Amino acid sequence: MVYEFDWSSIPGALPFLWDGMKISLEITLTAIVVGIVWGTLLAMMRLSSVKPLSLFAAGYVNLFRAVPLVMVLLWFFLIVPKFIEQAFSLPPGTDLRLTSAMIGFALFESAYYSEIIRAGIQSVPKGQMAACQALGMTYGQAMRLVILPQAFRNMVPLLLTQGIILFQDTSLVYVSALADFFGAAYKVGDRDGRLVELLLFAGLVYFVLCFAASMLVKHLQKKYHPA
Amino acid sequence: MIQIANVSKSYGSFDVLKDCSTTVNKGEVIVVCGPSGSGKSTLIKCVNGLEPFQSGQIIVNGTSVGDPKTNLSKLRAHVGMVFQHFELFPHMSITENLAIAQIKVLKRNRDEAVDKGLKLLDRVGLKAHAHKFPGQLSGGQQQRVAIARALAMDPICMLFDEPTSALDPEMINEVLDVMTELAQEGMTMMCVTHEMGFAKRVANRVIFMDHGRIVEDDSKDAFFANPRSERAQQFLAKILHH
Repeated sequence: MVYEFDWSSIPGALPFLWDGMKISLEITLTAIVVGIVWGTLLAMMRLSSVKPLSLFAAGYVNLFRAVPLVMVLLWFFLIVPKFIEQAFSLPPGTDLRLTSAMIGFALFESAYYSEIIRAGIQSVPKGQMAACQALGMTYGQAMRLVILPQAFRNMVPLLLTQGIILFQDTSLVYVSALADFFGAAYKVGDRDGRLVELLLFAGLVYFVLCFAASMLVKHLQKKYHPA
Repeated sequence: MIQIANVSKSYGSFDVLKDCSTTVNKGEVIVVCGPSGSGKSTLIKCVNGLEPFQSGQIIVNGTSVGDPKTNLSKLRAHVGMVFQHFELFPHMSITENLAIAQIKVLKRNRDEAVDKGLKLLDRVGLKAHAHKFPGQLSGGQQQRVAIARALAMDPICMLFDEPTSALDPEMINEVLDVMTELAQEGMTMMCVTHEMGFAKRVANRVIFMDHGRIVEDDSKDAFFANPRSERAQQFLAKILHH
């Protein structure tokens, strides 16, 4: 017997799916912003000549890169809510799944971003730092005004590509039953007994968004770094 | 102005500098030459503390460079340095390159800094290029901008680390002309260079280095007429006859 597709449950579910998409995008954006800021600090620590700082950064990066993301998300799902409840004396049972997902993603992605940023900083010729110092700039001024702007310019395609991967990875929050786009699609499919259709539809949406974003990155790369 | 006393530096068991001593007086132009790997670039980078050294002392304008208590940034702000590869900031316009350190380090206001930068840019003959980016200029032009950038800080002396080594032959003279003019105006200069014509024209003294040691430190005339060491004689014979 041939499976008969029935797409009729999708139109009515669109508002709910859109709410899920908003959660996915929210998590992605938070993780990108925090990831880049915290990742930059980690990269600078890692390159620093102060041993405790570089050891801490190396340990952090290696730890997060050596454990599966799903596991990190579960840790944060199980541990962080209790922690925040106590810290802000919230009533027990407050829904902190989104917050903990955001924190988990941000901390995890920082490790990956810091490696990209470290490579970016190292791609700037050493003489640039020497020239800054010869002009009397402090290390901080040199980094802020000269090294990091050049490093980020070289890194933009990689940072965006990592952002696309991150967006796909947000689907892993289903482990905390959070209704992100993927979770929402799953719930609707489960409810209407149309799991195949909903998952195919969700897959198509992920594909279109990520493929378009990849094309955009390629275009930017050609425009700013020809050859 | 610059006193270098018994300076030594090593990477592990390899000695880069061995017991180097010399003095540069105010208004003097010193040319440092020698075969590659002789430590001349390292020596000049020790003068503004870009390279640390293990023993000995360097005093610049009364400040000890090796003293951990010295505020190196403050000292460097008044010691100009020009690099082999120019090291202009590629993401900033020429105007911005000239102004940035004046604003951020010397705390000059923007108008004053831009004004001063443009004056010096005019002096090196590149006023028309103020709005361009470093990548749009030739090597010789970039190096002249780099000299103007250093001069904008009102340096008490200038260090040149092989300023013409990365240039095409036809661009060397435009940079040497700027340096010659600067020397004639009385700037204290320490130049690592292979340009013996420049040395003959403007140097007061020539320092010859080999294997991390200062082998000769003589007046220009004595050095070119009659180098004492065999190594310097060989070096001169090779460099002057090509």
